[in-house]
Amino acid sequence: MKPSIYLDNNATTPVDPRVLEAMLPYYREKFGNAASRNHRYGWEAEDAVENAREQAAAVINASSKEIIWTSGATESNNIAIKGTAHMYADKGRHIITQVTEHKAVIDPCKYLEQQGYEVTFLKVDKKGRIDLDELRRVMRDDTILVSTMFANNEIGTIQSIGEVGALCKNRGVIFHTDATQAFGKVPVDVEARGIDLLSASGHKIYGPKGVGLLYVRRKKPRVRCEAVLHGGGHERGMRSGTLNVPGIVGFGAAAELCRLEREQETPRLTKLRDRLWNGIGEKLDEIYRNGDPERALPGTLNVSFAFVEGESLMMGFSNIAVSSGSACTSASLEPSYVLKSLGVGEELAHSSIRFSLGRFNTAAEIEQTIDQVTETVQKLRDMSPLAEMAAEGIDLSTVEWAHH
Amino acid sequence: MAYSNKVLDHYERPRNIGALDRNDPNVGTGIVGAPECGDVMKLQVKVDDANRIVDAKFKTFGCGSAIASSSLATEWVKGKTLDEALGIKNTDIVKELSLPPVKIHCSVLAEDAIRAAIADVKKKKTGGAVPSGSEAQATA
Repeated sequence: MKPSIYLDNNATTPVDPRVLEAMLPYYREKFGNAASRNHRYGWEAEDAVENAREQAAAVINASSKEIIWTSGATESNNIAIKGTAHMYADKGRHIITQVTEHKAVIDPCKYLEQQGYEVTFLKVDKKGRIDLDELRRVMRDDTILVSTMFANNEIGTIQSIGEVGALCKNRGVIFHTDATQAFGKVPVDVEARGIDLLSASGHKIYGPKGVGLLYVRRKKPRVRCEAVLHGGGHERGMRSGTLNVPGIVGFGAAAELCRLEREQETPRLTKLRDRLWNGIGEKLDEIYRNGDPERALPGTLNVSFAFVEGESLMMGFSNIAVSSGSACTSASLEPSYVLKSLGVGEELAHSSIRFSLGRFNTAAEIEQTIDQVTETVQKLRDMSPLAEMAAEGIDLSTVEWAHH
Repeated sequence: MAYSNKVLDHYERPRNIGALDRNDPNVGTGIVGAPECGDVMKLQVKVDDANRIVDAKFKTFGCGSAIASSSLATEWVKGKTLDEALGIKNTDIVKELSLPPVKIHCSVLAEDAIRAAIADVKKKKTGGAVPSGSEAQATA
């Protein structure tokens, strides 16, 4: 059975019907190649792409000339990190990022390490925030790039992006932020926050999959990235390939809706999220909220339910789609590296559930979720040897477990 | 990843959840796994004078496959002598529950839990040495 309540909006969002409507003509009658300069098909495609560029740029207070279309945030992150590293290799080979980044940032950084670059991974505190003093300390004369995410996908923690931007500006270091989860959901201003490069994705903002953008600053400083894909020199030479016109139109429409509706949507989502946390908390003890409740994405709630394992929890409320930091849900059999980096014990990482709320969730769905989650946790705690031991007064941390 | 119907059935209707008196001389308790690994199983057996398992209970912290493996283990050990129960292999559990490769460790843990519980009751009965291969038992 397919779950009917979708609370996994940080993984992907459904396409907003208004976005889909905007896209459809570009599959049908307006199917032109935006690079065709000699006929109306090409012109209308190009106009649509440029209009979408304006719509996307407006979300982050950028100029449309600074938007490079890509296939998604993974590609944007690759261009930003590898492209910058290669372009500025003569200046230095040191990069700074943080341990809770998405793999689309960590893996390009690890790739560069193999190429002879040096990467410093900043640790985070228990709320998932980096220490600005530590960032200041690890910056060197040969540091060429700092990449810190705007908001974390698992716990929703928002970094002090403006402070990082100011530090980078001060040291003449290029600053990239992966804003995949933040774009359109919280205020993002590339000028006010000193951002030089920014990645975003269409399918996290109720747009289509397969389209993303990279913001590349043109002034103060003019940032250049070496291309990752070659073949025609589209997108200011930074990203060759025929443009995905319907996808780009969808991105633009989705970005505009986020911009116009954010002021109403943020308090609505915040209220639903807080109701979810409070509603669960009224019925259950031994639950822990992971992340930074003060500075978080409005729709993200990450909770560890002590004594029960995440995958079995998700089986219990099979009508609700969520995700878990449990090892059992990952291919690697390792629990979430993000939660581990917060100092959340591994057993609590295994017990974590991420609820990520979105535009189409309702108050009634949240009430149902509260009921089903608390029922399932109760049921599983009744069969948990850990809950039994804790009830007997045994301190689980003193038990000598037989590892296998 | 879809679960097999048998895993779902054991998850929905787990057999033999509960606890036996761990101080009863006829009860053996095995606790295997570790919370930081994501699964802990407690399996208990109660034997009669002929060393036949007359009751079994479990509690499990773990994924659905771990719950199903331990639930199935309690079903299978009931009615068997201790030595017969030692004949239950993890591969039997894998087959019965159609566990995918990533869940084989759940079946291994269930086999370990059976062995640990049996070793415990044997030790109580004889007051003697614990047979090898059954040291996988947590101690508080």
